[in-house]
Amino acid sequence: MTGTLTMVGRSVRLSRRALDTLLMSILLPVMMMALFVYVFGGAIAIGTSYVNYVVPGIIVLCTGYGATSTGMSVADDMKKGAVDRFRSMPISSFAVLTGHVTASVARNALATVIVVLAAVGMGFRPSATVLDWVLAMGLLLLYVLALSWLAAGVGVIARSVESASVFSFFMLFLPYLSSAFVPTATMPAALRVISEHQPITPIIETVRALLTSAPASSGWLALAWAGGLLVVAFSLATWLFRRISSR
Amino acid sequence: MIVETDGLTKRYGAQTVLKGLDLKVAEGSVLALLGPNGAGKTTTIRILSTLTRPDGGTARIDGFDVVREAAKVRGVISLTGQYAAVDEEQTGRENLVMIARLRRFSRSAARTRSAELLERFDLVDAADRRVKTCSGGMRRRLDLAMSLVARPRLLFLDEPTTGLDPVSRTTMWDAIGDLVRDGVTIFLTTQYLEEADRLADRIVVLHNGGVVADGTADALKNQVGGTRLDLDFASAADAGRAEALLGGVRTESRLSVPSDGSATHVHRVLDDLLAAGVRTERVSTHRPTLDDVFVAVAA
Ligand SMILES: Nc1ncnc2c1ncn2[C@@H]1O[C@H](COP(=O)(O)OP(=O)(O)OP(=O)(O)O)[C@@H](O)[C@H]1O
Ligand SMILES: [Mg+2]
Repeated sequence: MTGTLTMVGRSVRLSRRALDTLLMSILLPVMMMALFVYVFGGAIAIGTSYVNYVVPGIIVLCTGYGATSTGMSVADDMKKGAVDRFRSMPISSFAVLTGHVTASVARNALATVIVVLAAVGMGFRPSATVLDWVLAMGLLLLYVLALSWLAAGVGVIARSVESASVFSFFMLFLPYLSSAFVPTATMPAALRVISEHQPITPIIETVRALLTSAPASSGWLALAWAGGLLVVAFSLATWLFRRISSR
Repeated sequence: MIVETDGLTKRYGAQTVLKGLDLKVAEGSVLALLGPNGAGKTTTIRILSTLTRPDGGTARIDGFDVVREAAKVRGVISLTGQYAAVDEEQTGRENLVMIARLRRFSRSAARTRSAELLERFDLVDAADRRVKTCSGGMRRRLDLAMSLVARPRLLFLDEPTTGLDPVSRTTMWDAIGDLVRDGVTIFLTTQYLEEADRLADRIVVLHNGGVVADGTADALKNQVGGTRLDLDFASAADAGRAEALLGGVRTESRLSVPSDGSATHVHRVLDDLLAAGVRTERVSTHRPTLDDVFVAVAA
């Protein structure tokens, strides 16, 4: 337990000091939100307030993208010998991953708060009750955990920090193929199939339904996706970490 | 025997890196594993420190099998890898306290031990600075200090001084010398014969995945032929006359003769040549290098 806490302390400290990554994970979503609200927003007519529509999507995009920097931290530790040092010590070295995932959750919590505040400044008017907020944050937490563990696994097998960052790019673009920015109904049939069946869409729609008075939808589906992804991602990371010694 | 390997083999794809390595290291001794790039030095250390599994053979540390009893092996050893594994964004002290806490030191014991090590390794300057602002020598010493937090019985050092300037290298050697006096067994790898000479009781030369030489530094150097004097002449004819006088080995206008490297011997050689009317243009002493060892043992 002390071991895990020490690793968490390490990762949080490293995150805090890697200012560029931290700023990126906060500024990027805020700027994207401004872009969508002020630049594209006027041209996108969806029947309700666009800022209310897009903010939940931005939050999910931001946390998904932010979670993937876990992969770069892990790849860096693999490459620079930190993981080797920990693995040669009589400790549970898997805690190095737990540390990075926990720091990722903390980073994303901070980023989410800032994004929500910025959104309110841009005219976002959530109609959520306290329970709605708790449910939405709970779902986001599951989602961030799942993606952080997935990223940790990617970091273990990536040969470099640069290859681990490919996952971040993927997560930056995946939300465009969802209902984050425009309703899927407006997309061509082929894209629509992808958009409606990928995990981000039900998660965004559930967060949107909880925070604004958008029509309630796929809550259980979102929960199943996020929970299922977490179980798979955690098992994968554990398995990959154990296999390091056979390389 | 604190280290004992038997027919250790390791393959990476089609390449066989270790072809049946047999090694024994007595507790309290210093072994230097010498070899050129790609000889398998790091691979050997990785297997012995439980990081990589061998494909064949066995390795025991203090009697524990590195594969089946890895946890027990880890309680005996400490590893300083080829590249300094320090957190750039943490200070020297934070790095040390972190390792101490991971090794289950209480908060106050962790602080005391870190302060002790910072003092001992001349790192007080680096204590509260982020490591990324420290010199290569400081990083390497911090890396070593991190390996010593829990007083290991066996320490692996993978190329501890590669890339360091001569002053940092000497500091590092002194630090390693202190450990030896404390009774820590040291298993180090190096590409420098001088380093092995200075630190090790025993040198093992690794080449093509196997041991090609094993013995003390002196024994190894004798095998190579010790120090020699290279004499350069204006012409091959002059070199030929010098060869008739002194013996040795001639290549074109250069003559190489065995020497103990002392000024007395150099004087005598030059006086003899002068007396015989042969003008020497240039003299250099040549001490055996790793290259010479390889040429000698690989032949
Ligand atoms: N993980 C790996 N995958 C594939 N090949 C590897 C791996 N690790 C090492 N090798 C190969 O095994 C050989 C021995 O490598 P090793 O790192 O043990 O050599 P070394 O003696 O430590 O060399 P150096 O002096 O360069 O550190 C090299 O040819 C290297 O390319
Ligand atoms: Mg090496």
